[in-house]
Amino acid sequence: MQKVIGETKKAFLTGNEAIAWGCLAAEADMMFGYPITPQNEIMHYWTRLAPKYGKEFLQTEDEISAGFTVCGAIQSGIKAFTATAGPGNVLMQEPFGMAEGMRLPFFAIIQQRGGPSSGTVIYSQQEVSLTCYGGNGEGHRIVYSTATHQELYDYTIKGFNTAWKYRFPTYLLGDGYQAKMREPLEMYEPSERGIDIIKPYPLLGLEGHIGTDREPQHLRNIYSMEEELYDVVLKNDADYNSVRQEITEYSEFNCENAEVIIISHGVVSRAAEDAVKVLRAQGIKAGSFRPITLRPFPREQLLAVLEKSNAKKLLITESALGQLERIVKYEIYGQTLPIETLFMPGVGIIDYDIIQKIKSII
Amino acid sequence: MALIKIALAGEGGQGVQSVAEIIAEAAYNEKKQTIYIPNFGLEQRGGVSIAFIQVSDTRIGAPKFNKADAVLALSERAIARTAAYSDENTLFVYDSSFKINPDELPKKVKHIIGLPAIDTANNELHPRVFNIIIMGAVIGLTNVVKFETAKEALEHKLGYKFESNPELRTLNFKALEIGKELAVKSLREGVFNHA
Amino acid sequence: MVAPATPKSWYLPSKPHKFCPGCGHGIVLKALGETIDELDIQDKTIFGCDIGCSLLSWDFLACDSTQTHHGRTTPVMVGIKRARPQLITIGYMGDGGGYSIGSQHLLNAAVRNEKVTLILVNNTNYGMTGGQMAPTTLPGQKTETTPYGRDPEKTGYPTKGPEFLSELTPDGAYVARATVSKYKQLRRFLRNALRNQIEGNGFSFLEVLSTCPTNWRTNAQQTWHFLEDEMEQFFTVGEFKTPFGKGDK
Repeated sequence: MQKVIGETKKAFLTGNEAIAWGCLAAEADMMFGYPITPQNEIMHYWTRLAPKYGKEFLQTEDEISAGFTVCGAIQSGIKAFTATAGPGNVLMQEPFGMAEGMRLPFFAIIQQRGGPSSGTVIYSQQEVSLTCYGGNGEGHRIVYSTATHQELYDYTIKGFNTAWKYRFPTYLLGDGYQAKMREPLEMYEPSERGIDIIKPYPLLGLEGHIGTDREPQHLRNIYSMEEELYDVVLKNDADYNSVRQEITEYSEFNCENAEVIIISHGVVSRAAEDAVKVLRAQGIKAGSFRPITLRPFPREQLLAVLEKSNAKKLLITESALGQLERIVKYEIYGQTLPIETLFMPGVGIIDYDIIQKIKSII
Repeated sequence: MALIKIALAGEGGQGVQSVAEIIAEAAYNEKKQTIYIPNFGLEQRGGVSIAFIQVSDTRIGAPKFNKADAVLALSERAIARTAAYSDENTLFVYDSSFKINPDELPKKVKHIIGLPAIDTANNELHPRVFNIIIMGAVIGLTNVVKFETAKEALEHKLGYKFESNPELRTLNFKALEIGKELAVKSLREGVFNHA
Repeated sequence: MVAPATPKSWYLPSKPHKFCPGCGHGIVLKALGETIDELDIQDKTIFGCDIGCSLLSWDFLACDSTQTHHGRTTPVMVGIKRARPQLITIGYMGDGGGYSIGSQHLLNAAVRNEKVTLILVNNTNYGMTGGQMAPTTLPGQKTETTPYGRDPEKTGYPTKGPEFLSELTPDGAYVARATVSKYKQLRRFLRNALRNQIEGNGFSFLEVLSTCPTNWRTNAQQTWHFLEDEMEQFFTVGEFKTPFGKGDK
């Protein structure tokens, strides 16, 4: 295998560029994509890098096609992926549904933009519900919400492995800020960090003569009987729940003795942690809890944090109008401590906003 | 070094984002923590374009900020667009050739500075290095990066153009120097246009 | 009595097949099975079927097969072919899947000269959903959504796929229309449509005029009459574009 990164090195890149390098390091074979801001540069960097490493790209006629070509390519046994945003994410729910229904190791990068509709091309956290629970299924998906360029690189590599290991559609949920901003990060060969890259394998076009060596593969997507589908969905759910704990990731910051805990995800968690530092310096006991996986959500971990802290209030803050809040409320059902919110749909949140809000509620 | 926050705003095509990228690159080369985020709204196809730069010795939080240490408005309408990023700690810079009503300048600032960047570019250098004068001014006002690192980053970004036309290198470095001097002089002599 | 020969590439556990009596799909799939046998490509063929009556073919052949959503067979086949060009990909769809909901995929795959073979079965209606108007419904034809007959003033004229695809595709493409009433010709066109992919010449498309007595509400004689005297009069049967000689008109 041709080394992509070689010696571990520092780099100062845009997020989209970091992702393109991460895809190479994860040994991805082919990208299918359709232009939409703010993910375009993933395609731009991939198309520049890919030929040097024997990789492929196809610009399809729309996001529906990009998603379904990925499904086909994966079924034939290569590590294919795509990236999209906003209305493209809406269109791609259809192929994501196929991936969910047929348990295809589909890895996609979502760079959230403002919505609804074409909204803005800039930034938001408004594609949480869609990415976690979109499609006509049950949300058997894995969603990593990143906060730094280092994580964009790390979780791109991890995302491919998660998809191919567990065979649930897996997403890296970024946003326009992360896509476009430049920030330092360290790029490495996965093997240098003890990460084994999971190799792809085919579901179709297998070796051997049909009839003598093997039976034909008949991959189904539609069922004649209610009960057939019921069994499939319940099996997927059992599989999902059996691996939920090992997939779940979160981080916490200064939650010990915290009287107020800020829950945020993605890039907003950076502001939350800065706010905690400022508030602590002013004698206000604040802490920050951040789900890294939005699906599966770190329910037990959040409950444990609430238990060990001294929390009297929660503040849920996000660049959306309650998409994270709905998940948190569902996951910690039964808890009685008051929940305050700071919602700024489609707008960046900075530590100042959070500090002011906390001061107004304690 | 404490966190330095800079907002650069101008018309699409004025080179605002290029300048921001070079400054960020220079800061990164000085092993500082750096975030540069372009306001990449529809402005990139016409209208006011804003670049947000943050530089610090320690990890930087949110990529955006609400008040800057220095705001540089490079067009008349960029003034209104960026006024919100100023407070009592902000150096607010605009080009002294703008025909504007003093009322249009932000009220709450540390200093308002009118720099003759456009005239200097047009009369002494070349209109195309206007943005490099501004880049020099950013350094003169904030010391966000060392002058030498800024030159290196400029060389890195535009070196391929300098190869075929070495005069361009001289021109750009001169613009950078003049921009810095204009800013330093303005700070030292207190040549402020108090609104 | 001697039983008719069964193609080797048919999957016997799924027989007898699930199509309605008198449906043309069985004829198309028989011809396809014989062609796969003849070209000896069973082990490397990937058969993909659309949603609509074509979905009933999901386990029809003893070839590796996959199913997708309505209209999306074309991009799935394109993805497989792009990933592993040595495989032979056959997309199997109806007129609704190909010409309506999946038309942007069909059109763009043709423009890009994707080296896949697509077989579109035209029975002038949406059969699986109960006989609604399709892009190919003939003027005046009654369907569930055109109970007084299709009015071209309101719903346009039937889509003529091979006609527009032959204009869109570059050299190397194969575009034809066959009919289940001319079996030998159907076999020949299928052979050409697959040979063209095997040789890597370009995009291959075959529309097949077919029958739907269930939704047409016709007896055997009326069914054949509608196919031969109505459909084949409106839709020209023949090869519209072929790298193999002058083409069969």
